[in-house]
Amino acid sequence: MCQTGNNGPLKAFTTRALTKVYGEGAAQVHALRGVDVEIPAGELVVLLGPSGSGKSTLLNILGGLDRASDGDVMFQEQNLSTMTDAQLTRYRRDHVGFVFQFYNLMPSLTAYENIELVTEIAASPMNPADALELVGLGKRGDSFPSQLSGGEQQRVAIARAVAKQPNVLFCDEPTGALDSTTGRAVLQVLKNVNEALGATVLIVTHAAATAAMADRVIYFADGQIREVRVNSNKRDPQDIEW
Amino acid sequence: MSPLDRKLFRDLWRIKGQAMAIGAVIAVGVLLLVMMSGLITSLEETRRAYYERYRLADIFAPVKRAPQHLLAELAAIPGVSTVEGRITGHALIDLPGLEIPLRAQAISIPEFHTPRLNDFYLSAGRAPARERLDEVMLLKGFADAHGLQPGEPLDVTMNGARHTLRIVGLAQAPEFLYTTAPGELMSDDARYAVIWMSTQSLAAAYDLDGAFNEALLSIGRDGQTRRVIDAVDRLLDPYGGFGAYCLEDHTSNRFVTEEIAGLRATGAAVPPIFLAVAAFLLYIVVSRMVEAERGQIGLIKAFGYTNLETGIHYFKLILAIAAGGAIVGCLLGILAGRALVDVYLLYFKFPFLIFQLEPGSFITGFTVSVGAASAGGLLVLRRVFSLTPASAMQPPAPPHYKPLGKLARSIQSTLDQPSRMVVRRLTRQPGRMAGAVAGIAAGMGLSVAMVGIMSGFNQAIDLTFNVVDQSDVSVTFNEPLSTTNVTNLGNIAGVVDVQPIRYVSAVLQYGRARHLGAISGLPPDPRLYRAVDRSMNTIHLQPGGVILAEPLANILNVRAGDVLTIAVREGRRPTLEIPVAGIAQTLLGAPAYMDMESLNRALGEPNRMSGAYLRIDSAQQNTVYSTLKDMPTVAGVSLKQDAKGALQEQMDEGAGSMRYIMLAVAGIITFGIVYNAARIAYAERARDLASLRVIGFSRNEVAFVLLGELAVVTLIALPVGSVLGYHLSFAVAAGFSTDLYQIPAQVPAAGYGAAALAVLSAATLSGWLVKRDIDTGDITSALKARE
Repeated sequence: MCQTGNNGPLKAFTTRALTKVYGEGAAQVHALRGVDVEIPAGELVVLLGPSGSGKSTLLNILGGLDRASDGDVMFQEQNLSTMTDAQLTRYRRDHVGFVFQFYNLMPSLTAYENIELVTEIAASPMNPADALELVGLGKRGDSFPSQLSGGEQQRVAIARAVAKQPNVLFCDEPTGALDSTTGRAVLQVLKNVNEALGATVLIVTHAAATAAMADRVIYFADGQIREVRVNSNKRDPQDIEW
Repeated sequence: MSPLDRKLFRDLWRIKGQAMAIGAVIAVGVLLLVMMSGLITSLEETRRAYYERYRLADIFAPVKRAPQHLLAELAAIPGVSTVEGRITGHALIDLPGLEIPLRAQAISIPEFHTPRLNDFYLSAGRAPARERLDEVMLLKGFADAHGLQPGEPLDVTMNGARHTLRIVGLAQAPEFLYTTAPGELMSDDARYAVIWMSTQSLAAAYDLDGAFNEALLSIGRDGQTRRVIDAVDRLLDPYGGFGAYCLEDHTSNRFVTEEIAGLRATGAAVPPIFLAVAAFLLYIVVSRMVEAERGQIGLIKAFGYTNLETGIHYFKLILAIAAGGAIVGCLLGILAGRALVDVYLLYFKFPFLIFQLEPGSFITGFTVSVGAASAGGLLVLRRVFSLTPASAMQPPAPPHYKPLGKLARSIQSTLDQPSRMVVRRLTRQPGRMAGAVAGIAAGMGLSVAMVGIMSGFNQAIDLTFNVVDQSDVSVTFNEPLSTTNVTNLGNIAGVVDVQPIRYVSAVLQYGRARHLGAISGLPPDPRLYRAVDRSMNTIHLQPGGVILAEPLANILNVRAGDVLTIAVREGRRPTLEIPVAGIAQTLLGAPAYMDMESLNRALGEPNRMSGAYLRIDSAQQNTVYSTLKDMPTVAGVSLKQDAKGALQEQMDEGAGSMRYIMLAVAGIITFGIVYNAARIAYAERARDLASLRVIGFSRNEVAFVLLGELAVVTLIALPVGSVLGYHLSFAVAAGFSTDLYQIPAQVPAAGYGAAALAVLSAATLSGWLVKRDIDTGDITSALKARE
């Protein structure tokens, strides 16, 4: 069951009959089986579901990292499905920030330089130092990833993602590799970014508790959306049961 | 500096070990190219300058006896710019302590001026004074070989009369870069001398007062050599001209030219093979390196970097390694070339050096290296770019497995898990494994070819001195003698067997191809010195035909049945039209053989021999030598052992010496390839191996999984490399063969063994180095690292 309606707030994403098939013949895997969803701009949305349910695939397609096999994805007024590689690159460069489960920092660059890697090509980026300040790592700019703890690395990854001031921030299992205290801190940062920058934040996770902090929760199973629930009683990350 | 560039520098630093191994392979490939071309250019330039500064003649015209006034007529020939007349003669030098006298050439120095042509370079002492008839200047190479110094006496026999002369100076000359006694092939400083004396004393010794017996001519810019030679021959004919010849046919110049040509051929043929192998390796290594960067490429693209920006970033990385290696190779090539030129200076006896580099070699070396690296990198980048960033960031999807056949299943059921992993890894990515096999096989092939060359050189010596020439001593007479002397020689105590030989210098011509060489007349059933066919069987010479050695047949472009024109340059100088009766196998020189009696008949001098090959009883060798030394008809005696030593020396110091350097380079490349293969395999699998450690595998079990793969790849590469090496050896042998000697492309079984041993040693050492990394590696960090 999914929420529809044309009179709601401005939409960040709208998908129609989105499917994604990996592989061929007997080895085919249907990662998405006709997904229709609308994601309002500025919300913090959590995608919940077991492993292999298709949530990461949806995130990758929305983020322009992957292409759908069929169906349409609209970002604001643009159809991502019909974009060329160059246009998708432009889209990622101008509008999208990513946070990955394993941080994916460049090991050979310092925290500050990892952020610079993005700010250098973005249209209206923030100062890398401000981005680090935003995630509470103002003093660790010169540290290499190997000198940072997991939580710190993830915060650098978030700083890197938000430094370009993206319209949308995609987070794939951002707390998957972290302990509960660090995980809460990271979620807090994401919440702050959502509120301070007004960016739409999409968090993919299978930690059901995370749903408590979302404006909207999308439940995934077997490549389809099972339920979309608007959360009227948002809780602070600090109060989430891990 | 942009963050991507900073990433570049730090990535380079991170992979510095591998980058250096790749760079080293490129560097040695480029080094060889730059070194060889620099060496050749320098030698050619030095020789040119030496000839020019010391005014080497363009035409040499030996004559029996011509009056001085004829020089003015020679100078008047159109196209001639300078003429010099001089006296030369055969001499024998008797050195205390030597059993056999040594042959020498005596040359006159003009009385009132420095030589207008064929000047000499005085390296010690002074030139003989005009009025001092007993003063002599000695060729430096000979003096050095015997430790002779200015001030010492020298016993010289000229025209049958013995003189005790005094050495006053040592000299070098561009016409004696390479000295050989007439009739001998190999140069040997110790066995042939040149002495310079005043014209007056030589005129007296050879009875040539007011006359000369060699005219030297230089040709002006517009002069035509052929026409001038014809005119000179017409003028000198009434005075007993032996036929003028040009610098190209001058023995010393020809040998030097052929040596440099040999170096050039080696330089043109062999370094490109090395560079090609290095380039191929580079291609494989870089493509696998970029493949390993797949995740980072996906990430960079996820940030919104375009394919072009990402591509440029990686291209810079490749360029840094390839160009770095090429630059180091160029620099080392310059240094090595410079050092080698000094070695060759001594060998060629140039008194000075002009060092020049060949810019083309830098460009070629650089382009090939960077081109190969770029091709390897860009091909993979294109494949990675065709993936979406999402899938690029994922590890590559495991390929499909085909269900195993019954046989394969039963084989596999006998293997333990680690062995199965090795086997599956090999069969799962056949392309990647084929690349690794091809890389190591290329290294193996290079080693096989180089080891083959080593034995090829030995084979050339063996064929020459154990198969073709089975004598112990060869004797040359002052002038052809009656063959009845065979009996006299045979009667010397200690002489076991005698074989006469008639030897005449001649110009062999077929169509436009022409070769100034000699004809060896052999008896019908030669025992000590013979022509052999490909199967090493004696060729029995028939009247009315000439047998050509294969290289000579190639020079003249003739086959059996073609009719040759042979202009004999001795005696009554007949011109013969003789069909080629067959081709003989030789690895040294370019001889032509005829039946001795037919040759003598054609010369109008029946039953004559110009020398003989002897087999002697080694216990009585001193008696034999002293008897020969006392025979007035004997012009020279040479021992096969000396000649063999001289050839060995020539092969080790001349163009052939390159083989040692190239063997070393082949070794470096082979090791570089194997080491890189091991390193890359480790990099690709670090994470898997760490996982194995996590689930409880011991270090040795983990090492087995990785090194087992390397071992299998290496073992497969050995036969592949052997086949490759077999084919490569032909190209390399052709590169090392010169007009002086041919190197056969035959790799002995031991050659394959030696190359295999080299590859296996390289693999063992590489495996040990990688194993050390596995042992010290941190499990958790490898697990955290992406890909």
